[in-house]
Amino acid sequence: MTAVPLAASDLQIAAGRRRRERAVAFFFATAAVLSIAISVAIILSLLGNALTFFLNVDKSSLWTDGWFPRRGLFDIKTIVAGTLVISAVAMLVATPLGLGAGIYLSEYASPRIRRALKPIIEILASIPSVVLGFFALTWISPNVIQPLTDAPLSNMATAGIAVGVLITPLIASVSEDAMHAVPSYLREASYGLGARRRTTTLSVVVPAAVSGIVAALIIGVSRAIGETMIVAIAAGGTGGSLFEINPLEPGQTMTAAMTALAIGSDRVRGAEYTFESLFFVGFLLFVVTLTLNLMSDAFVRRVRRAY
Amino acid sequence: MATRAEALRPAEIVEQRLRGAGTSDWRSRIVEAALLLSLMISLGVLLVLLADIIITSFPVFASRPAEFLFSPLSARPATAGILQGLVGSLLLILFVVLLALPLGVGAAVYLEEYAHDSGLTRLIRTNIRNLAGVPAIVYGLLGLAVFVTLLGMGKILIAGGLTLAIVVLPIVVITASEALRAVPNSIREAAFGVGATRWETVRSHVLPYAAPGIFTGTILALARAFGETAPLLMVGAIAGTFSNTDPAEMLAGSYTALPTIVFDWSGKPQDEFRALTAAAIVVLLAVIMLVNAIAITLRNRYDRRW
Repeated sequence: MTAVPLAASDLQIAAGRRRRERAVAFFFATAAVLSIAISVAIILSLLGNALTFFLNVDKSSLWTDGWFPRRGLFDIKTIVAGTLVISAVAMLVATPLGLGAGIYLSEYASPRIRRALKPIIEILASIPSVVLGFFALTWISPNVIQPLTDAPLSNMATAGIAVGVLITPLIASVSEDAMHAVPSYLREASYGLGARRRTTTLSVVVPAAVSGIVAALIIGVSRAIGETMIVAIAAGGTGGSLFEINPLEPGQTMTAAMTALAIGSDRVRGAEYTFESLFFVGFLLFVVTLTLNLMSDAFVRRVRRAY
Repeated sequence: MATRAEALRPAEIVEQRLRGAGTSDWRSRIVEAALLLSLMISLGVLLVLLADIIITSFPVFASRPAEFLFSPLSARPATAGILQGLVGSLLLILFVVLLALPLGVGAAVYLEEYAHDSGLTRLIRTNIRNLAGVPAIVYGLLGLAVFVTLLGMGKILIAGGLTLAIVVLPIVVITASEALRAVPNSIREAAFGVGATRWETVRSHVLPYAAPGIFTGTILALARAFGETAPLLMVGAIAGTFSNTDPAEMLAGSYTALPTIVFDWSGKPQDEFRALTAAAIVVLLAVIMLVNAIAITLRNRYDRRW
């Protein structure tokens, strides 16, 4: 047998194989770049209409007594106040519940209990917000809010509590991840000094994970501000609202105002710039949530750099 | 007695302290109870919600379960059903599967398997994380401006399906990336070592191992899309009654989805609609929980430690 010398061409990739390789790589790269195209499209579509609104609308209508688009009253402070009130109530509910659940799951629960409880938290997280909106209106308000106060059925406190329930699992899982990332030698050092589990948890683990916990709270606020359906169903702002900061009164948020505009309950033939006002509010919402998300991202990265 | 106690040897004192004698630790117990309570309240809310909705929906499922599922929408509570919602939601999910799944996994494969750590890659990663945090209603505005208005589609199901696919795309990319990252490099090196090209390595080695993770993430994203309401309202899913029940007609015409029906009915003043809304929610939650259960089972079964 004579040995056939190996030529360089034998080691080269076949033309068809190379072509397929390029085509596949091109598809993957296109898919990845698409995400940038989506961001650009979001910004352009929001900015275009928002500018049209801002340049043409009577500026005095942006600072009046209430948000009534059909009467040409676009009071920004009404919907910003509504959003802040509901987010504040939501954080009052979700901060203790979410952090408590996160700390318990990370530091106290045995592996078996963790495995049993985490899927339940995930189920709670998967409940659509439209369902929580209905629950808020038909159960939370008549059973929790109304027996204690003389609030009407639709009010901001009810919506805020439901939004709090919605973001609790999010805060729990992000803060649990942060505490889970704290290396065990810190805990062991603390136990070695004779500290109890309570002391170790509250004085060692929580301070070490504080960046991640702050990130969890910021992302919770961001989600609360962007939450739409609960507020549209249970906060009682359909058709517009006067400026209101009492949580026990009905109010209007940025997102609920957008929903009302989109389904047309606020639109009247001849009312000017209602379509564009939708994008103006959307742009405000986008800027606020983006800022909060970037902040939260920075905190998460600080945890990762630390350990 | 007092003198006797003072005369304890140091070793005895240490032993007492280690046993925790005399230092009743009620503070620790309160802290643990408070932490457990916060977890239990969350779970309690879940149970109350499920119980309340199932009980409220009972009249509908007791009297006309099949009619409710397969009757078209109606303003009269006695005959109203959710047929169009089921058809609409299924068609919308089809769009998400056909668009968000290949594009999302494709982007993840590019980022994890192909891309070098360049400025562009970092930009794409940061961008995808931020897209995942953009409120869903903002995606609705994107759909309204681009699909409905700019491309002149009007308020049709195709516009809704495209919008929904974009809403869940970042979630698919993020979960698929995590699944790919969990595949150890030795698997890739084995394929490269026998002369496989990058795509051959990805197709025959990386994707099969990452598949359970990708699949779990994707079906959770589908569950999310199934319950998403706000963006659909922006791009014109009908919150009201219409007669059209044919899937083909719905694609290019008036349409609705299960969660949009829940939103519409929850605002109706008649008492009968309360039971109908709860019944529609039962159907919605049943699908979502079934999908979640499948995802969790898959993850537990194929959870691989390298």
